[in-house]
This record gives sequence, structure tokens and C-alpha cells, in this order.
Amino acid sequence: MSLEISSEKCTGCGLCIKACPFGSLALEMRDKVGKPHSKFKRIVMVDVSCNLCGACVPTCKFEAMKLDKGEPVVGPVNIGDYKGIWVYAEQRDGVIQDVSFELTAKGRELAAQRGTELTAVLLGHNVKDKAAQLFGYGADKVLVVDHPMLAGFDSDAYADVFAKLVKKYKPEAVIAGGTSIGRTFIPRVAIRVKTGLTADCTGLDIDEKDKILLQTRPAFGGNIMATIICPNHRPQMATVRHKVFKKGTPDVSRQGQIIEEVMDVTAGRSKVVEVIREMSNEINVAEADIIVSGGRGLGGPEKFALLHDLAKELGAAVGASRGAVDSGWISSFHQVGQTGKTVCPKLYIACGISGAIQHLVGMNSSQTIVAINKDPNAPIFDVADYGIVGDLNEVVPVLTKVLREG
Amino acid sequence: MHIVVCIKQVPGTTKVQINPETNTLVRDGVEAIINPFDENALEAALVLKETSGAKVTVLSMGPPQAEVALREALSRGADDAVLLCDRAFAGSDTWATSYAIAQGIKALDKVDVVLCGKQAIDGDTAQVGPGVAEFLGWPVITYVRKMEVDADKVRIERTFEDGFEKMESPLPVVLTTVKEMNVPRMASLKGRMRAKKAEIKVLTAEAAKADPAEIGLKGSPTRVVKIFTPPKKTSGIRLDGTEPLLAARELVEKLKSQKVI
Repeated sequence: MSLEISSEKCTGCGLCIKACPFGSLALEMRDKVGKPHSKFKRIVMVDVSCNLCGACVPTCKFEAMKLDKGEPVVGPVNIGDYKGIWVYAEQRDGVIQDVSFELTAKGRELAAQRGTELTAVLLGHNVKDKAAQLFGYGADKVLVVDHPMLAGFDSDAYADVFAKLVKKYKPEAVIAGGTSIGRTFIPRVAIRVKTGLTADCTGLDIDEKDKILLQTRPAFGGNIMATIICPNHRPQMATVRHKVFKKGTPDVSRQGQIIEEVMDVTAGRSKVVEVIREMSNEINVAEADIIVSGGRGLGGPEKFALLHDLAKELGAAVGASRGAVDSGWISSFHQVGQTGKTVCPKLYIACGISGAIQHLVGMNSSQTIVAINKDPNAPIFDVADYGIVGDLNEVVPVLTKVLREG
Repeated sequence: MHIVVCIKQVPGTTKVQINPETNTLVRDGVEAIINPFDENALEAALVLKETSGAKVTVLSMGPPQAEVALREALSRGADDAVLLCDRAFAGSDTWATSYAIAQGIKALDKVDVVLCGKQAIDGDTAQVGPGVAEFLGWPVITYVRKMEVDADKVRIERTFEDGFEKMESPLPVVLTTVKEMNVPRMASLKGRMRAKKAEIKVLTAEAAKADPAEIGLKGSPTRVVKIFTPPKKTSGIRLDGTEPLLAARELVEKLKSQKVI
């Protein structure tokens, strides 16, 4: 398995270097083959960070690059034994989280494409009566493990139980919410059952020919998208953030089967001593219908007051870009984007946010997007339904005033 | 007390540009830095070093250039630096990376705490911290914002979307840190002088006793099959902001007529 670059054919033009998303290619001085010490030329060399994605190969006009993927790696399992699609149904304090309904709805589509069953897996205590909610969103079965040790989130116990279920039932794909719970124990399950896990997918699809799960996610900070597969290991696992997929309207007449799995559960090594639920003063951005968001263009923490005024007028939550949070202007609870919260409000007003792709992936599924920015070339305008090119210090207070006056 | 901080060298700016003509990435002038969340992990370790005399080792996996990030960590006060570096690691996904790092940690003197940033800003997967814990067979607590370490246990505050939990865990343990934890220090001049001369231990796959079948592309269950630029939304309506009042009125009118507000 390697990327071969013919030193004879390579002219050192460097086109491939620009195409490499990982910065793995560089020009180096090399002897001309067969003529040491006579003439030198610059050719492209590949370094260890190459992951053989192949983006460079078609850019070469001299056919100097060849991707040798070698023999396909045979996985540790017989792929044909793995059937059905699973969604991890996350509950907190006995309440099934919205992200799980969204994934169940998406899982329904994938199961239909594969012509297979969709099972939701619910871990918790006294949660059996909640299981039926998942049928309306598309689950055919709900696998419940009800145990006092699973009442609160225990990373060791959850990883242990889920890995045992995977080994017993052998699903072909597992999708889980990219929440602070899912992102903690799902990677441990993937390691334990020895399979691939793709984080924070924004697209899931079934390849028509190979019948495998195509997992698309922002890569390299998000300016590009990468489609990732897990060809030879099972299950194919992915996490997806809240609000990436739509949960739709549940079909309350839909029926399904509840399977109760009785299991010994051992308490984990880390213990929870105290649980504190604190919501920030403003409405939670992840749930808000309207969000007024600020970025580095605000110029300082005091300017968030302008956004709070506007938010108050609209009954909106205040969001922020990573730039504003990294500058220490507002707490990370408000952060929208790839490393913050994914939001999908009816209206998103971006003030002084240039629109780095990490921010865009967190908010571009908003129904209506308004951008206010001084820079007419800011990428935020590419996703905005309404853009105002201007100084937010002038525009935002005026907008607040217009709204107040009705 | 021996603390290992896992750090990743990442591109200093995530504001990577796309050349609209060739549809390719422009990476010129991108400087490499320590992943910002790992800086919080390092700072937490250095505070422990000051308060309880812990030994701090920084560990990174990457190309030889990652030495720069390790020297930066040394200059801030880390005692030792280890670089897992081998062509055989090339193409590792999170599974193979977790395995390789765990092997690297096993090759060190008895370790009590492993600290990682909650995720790296280039990959954003947040999978390697829990993955390393799984390979080591240790408990893991993620999204830590506060930490106190005793002789045999650690008391932490773990953040959730809507609050936090106070937790306790026995040692050894893997912890991943959030930004709220602390403010990373700058290196001192003395630290920089020391770091310049310090030796960085390089661990090859063989030295880390890593199974060749479990590392690199061969040990990675996932494959990247396609890379593309995200499609752009059709252009929206531009309002002229030089007359803020007119623009604001027009916007409110449009939002109202669309029943958005």
C-alpha cells in the first residue's frame, strides 16, 4: 500500500502539492535517475502523513503518480454475519434525547435502502416504558437493557454493555449521537470490537454497489468534505451531532417489538459524586428558535451587549463563533460550530462572523440566515439568505430599534 | 507521580483557503502549533508539577517536524519529551493512533495520569483520548474542567451540555480537558534555553513494541474514499449597509413577510 511517484515522469510542477489535503507532498532535490552527480532536478516526495486518499493522482498531468492500494485487508470478522442497523437511543435522566429521534429517522431511511431492520438500543434504569416512543420515528425493534447501574452515565458500564450487545447481535452499522456521552463511550466500544468509527458525520448514505455505509464529514478543519468507509470491519460505526438530521413527525400508529436483554452490569471505576445541572442565563443555543451570534468582528467582549439587546427584542439566544470564545469574550456554552454546538434555528443572525467553515457546518442548516459583516467577501455571505454589508456597530442597534418600534 | 500529556501538532490556522480556479487547498504560510486543547492539558500537568512535584512527560505521534511542538512543551516546563515517529505509523486512523499512543505510554516508566486535550482542532474527532484509555485498560473521564490529584485517586469536574458532574476515579486514569480548565502559560526564556538543548526520545514502532498489523493504514479499519469541496448555497439577497436604517427596515419587512419573525 503506497503512493508511488515516478522520479522519471515527475517534472516538479507542484500541481499535486496544492491538491493534497494533508500537506504530505513537498518538492525535494534529487539526482536524475541513472545519472548520479550529473544533473539534478526537483521532484515531489511524499511524507508519512499521507493517508492514500488519492486526491493528488488525477491532478498530475504527466501520469507520474500511482496509488497502489495493495491487497484488500481482510477484517477480523465475516462481514456476511452482520445484519441490521442500530441507533443508540441516548437517555438523560430517563428522557430520550432528540438527537436519538433524529438518528432513528435517518436510520429508517438507511434500513430501507439496505432492506434490513432498524433497532434502537436503549440503556438506562426504569426506561422500558419510554422505548415505544422510538417506533414512531422508524425503529422496528428496541433493545432495552434496564439496570440500576445504567441509570446515570457510567463510561465503563455503558462501554461494557454496548460492546457485549454488539458482539451478540452483530449489527452491520451503528449510529450514535455525537454528544458528550456518545463521544465518550462509543470510541471505547469501537476499539473493543475492533472496528472503525467516524466522528461527527454530516451525511450518511448507502453505496448502491457495495452496500456499505458512506460516512461524510468535514475534514481538515472543514473546508473540505471527506467520505469515509469501513470496508472490512463490522459494525460500521458513526457519530452524528444533534440537529444534523431532521426527526420529522412521528407516526404514532407505528408498532414495533421491545426486546429486554437481561445482563449483569458491573459498576465502573469512576464514580459520580454530585450532579449539577446549570443552564446559562440565556436560552440554550442548541434548542433556540432564533439565535443572534457574534464573532471576532465584534472587536471586544463589551460589544456582546449589542447582541444581547437584539436577542432580547427577538426572544433569541446568544451564540458565538469559536473566534469570540477563544478570545475569552463569552463562555464556550454559547459556541456554535464544529467544536461547539450544531444549531438549526428558524432564524440565525451572524454578526461580525466571517464564516470559517467550522462555523458554517454548525449553523448552515438554519432555515433563514442573516449575515451582518463589514467585509463584502466574507464567506458567511455565501450561506446567507439576507446579507448586510456594513458596520455591525451601526447596523445592530438600528435593527434593534426598528424591531422595538414594530 | 508521573503524568503523561499527549500533544498533537496541528496547522496553526484552520482558515485554509480554497483556490477557486483549481478547487484545491492553499496551504502556504500555515504555521504548526500545539493543538490548543492539548495546551490546557499540558498546563494542568505543569500546575500539578508545581504543587506536588509530579514528573511531566509530553508525548506526540507524528513526523520528525513534530519535535517543534515537543520542544515548545519542554520550554513551558515539561521534564521529558517522547516522539512516536515511524513511517509505519503513516495513514493511521483513530483506531491505529490510539493503539500506537497506548503502546508508547506502556514503554514509559509507570504512569499515573494521562492527560489529553478533548479533541484536536484539525480532525475534531475526540476519539483518541478514550481510545488510548481502552487500549491501556484504564478508566477515562472526558471534558474535565477541574482536577485535583491525590496519592491514589483523582477528583474532577466533568462538563456536560447542560451542567457538570463531580467525579472521582482511581489511578491510573486518562483525562481529556476542556478549554475552561485553565489559561496556558507562556514559555520562559530560561525554559526556551533548556528546551533547545534537551534530548527528545524518539520511539519507533519496534521500540514501542507495536504490532505491525495494528498500525498505519494496515491497522486502520476506516478509509477515505472521496474528498470534495462542500457545495455553495445559491446567493442570497444583499442589502446595502451604508444606510443602516434603510437596510434594517428592509430586512425586518422581509423577515416578517416570510413569517420568520
